[in-house]
Amino acid sequence: MALVEVRDVNKMFSRGSERIEVFHGLTLDIEQGSFTALMGPSGSGKSTLLNLVAGLDRPTSGTIRVGGAEVSAMTATQLAGWRAANIGFVFQSFNLLPVLTAYQNVELPLLLTRLSKKERDERVRIALGVVGLDDRLDHYPRQLSGGQEQRVAIARAIVADPTLVMLDEPTGQLDAASSQEVLNLLGRLNDEFGKTILIVTHDPSAAKRAKRELHLDKGTFVEQEGAAP
Amino acid sequence: MKFWTLLRANLGRHKRRTFLTVASVALALFLFASLRTVITTLAAAAQFGSARRLVTTNATGFVLPLPVSYANRLGTVPGIEKVTWANWFGGRYGDGKRFFATFAIDAESYLDLYPEMSVPADQKAAFLQDKGGALIGARLVDLFGWKVGQNVTLQGTIFPGDWTFTVRGVYTPTDPAINDDAMMFHWSYLDERTGREGLAGWYIMQIDRPDNAANVATTIDDQFRSSPFPTKTGTEQAFNASFATMWGNIGLLMNTIGLAVVFAILLVTANAMMMSARERTRELAILKTIGYTDRLLFVLVLAEAGIITVTGAVLGLGAAKALYRATNFNGGGFLPGFDVTWATMAAGAAITLLLMLGSGIIPAAQAARLPVVTALRNVE
Repeated sequence: MALVEVRDVNKMFSRGSERIEVFHGLTLDIEQGSFTALMGPSGSGKSTLLNLVAGLDRPTSGTIRVGGAEVSAMTATQLAGWRAANIGFVFQSFNLLPVLTAYQNVELPLLLTRLSKKERDERVRIALGVVGLDDRLDHYPRQLSGGQEQRVAIARAIVADPTLVMLDEPTGQLDAASSQEVLNLLGRLNDEFGKTILIVTHDPSAAKRAKRELHLDKGTFVEQEGAAP
Repeated sequence: MKFWTLLRANLGRHKRRTFLTVASVALALFLFASLRTVITTLAAAAQFGSARRLVTTNATGFVLPLPVSYANRLGTVPGIEKVTWANWFGGRYGDGKRFFATFAIDAESYLDLYPEMSVPADQKAAFLQDKGGALIGARLVDLFGWKVGQNVTLQGTIFPGDWTFTVRGVYTPTDPAINDDAMMFHWSYLDERTGREGLAGWYIMQIDRPDNAANVATTIDDQFRSSPFPTKTGTEQAFNASFATMWGNIGLLMNTIGLAVVFAILLVTANAMMMSARERTRELAILKTIGYTDRLLFVLVLAEAGIITVTGAVLGLGAAKALYRATNFNGGGFLPGFDVTWATMAAGAAITLLLMLGSGIIPAAQAARLPVVTALRNVE
């Protein structure tokens, strides 16, 4: 069953008077519980696709459904609420709030829920436990290594138990050892917790950890393994 | 308030900047409250006065004297029940720098006309019997530690020389608009020592009915119109107001300065808030990615401005209210009853609200309107 359904999506950008077409009739299915790597050269549209699926950006035409909800038809407020409940997002540069501790950073998505303080506390500790940082609750980002920061970011992405976890170059700023830690963690999230994972990466070793690779070039899938898009 | 941790963390991000911004707001509102209190105090003083008291001064100006012989003639004017007179003395105390209001009064009649000045009966009697005696306001006791029976020497400025009086009584005003730091002594003592041949600074009359004031004033001034000392008569309130107008259009000046200070601080605060929001473009984009709505971010940024301005306002307005009350400040005797009114506090609260909105709305709107993809692209 497809969790993500991208149908005949067109995406145009304007740069001054110039119109740039990123996608033309793009179609893609991502199955529930899958681990998909999206690869391709810079400017191929990987991050744009990620943003469209996460509802951070809108297609010029076409439809995007995630878990049956038509993301491309939602208002900004609906999208925010939907993202809070369904999407976990991890960035290349971690993007933790430097003034908050690891605990407080992970708690951020839960502040948008109706959970009690006690329930939030339990969930934050579980999420940080999953990423192996339950002994770093009160550490600020500056007190953590790059790999630890990215693991906190992953804990933040999964703490609200989202349907889909999306990662944009999650190992791009990490050394080899930290990259392996993060990739192992993503594998666990997929295998043990059944999370659907969509990862954008330039790193072939990272892509190999996925169960499916998609290659984008100039807005078109050029080579695939596994299921057809 | 589950977002308090986030708000507190953001406010603590640049502690020095937050502190200075709060201090700026506090200082601005302290100055606003102080300047406005000068206006309200002057206005209150100008409004002080019994509706049954008239004041007659020299028509040329109240700094010029009138013959004391007018007292008898004033007493015969229909509608006048009581007459007294006083004269400005203008002495200084101690090292010559301590100034307070000093009047020479026709003691018995003056105290009879001013029941608002409460004096213990025995002290009043002692004062009336001692020509070299003085009656002092309760604040002078606090300021200088004077006691009843003590000799006090003033240096005369209008009437040169050392003037020694014996404190015979302490008065306490029952109306806050009356100075409680003035000294009064016997007009006869001034008259005899200076040899001025019976001159008084101004007359105060009690009339039978307030609605008779205009008729009585016209009758008095008509009576002396062709004399060497023509008079000008008006209500006590108008007389007090004329002192206030000596300050010129001070109300406008104070208001202008006060609002200019507040406006300057508005710019400072707005700039600080915009800098703060601009520095956090990336973080605001992250919060949007997590699911924070535009409206929530608007409220959070505005709340930061609110915390800064309200904290500053509580400190500034609170300090003004507490400080002037605790120190019993009266502007060297020119501003009796100086106290930040609740109306001024309310005006300060309204300004605080405007400051919050003025400094917070633009960065809050910028945060709400932030295009998340563009912001992320710029920082990734």
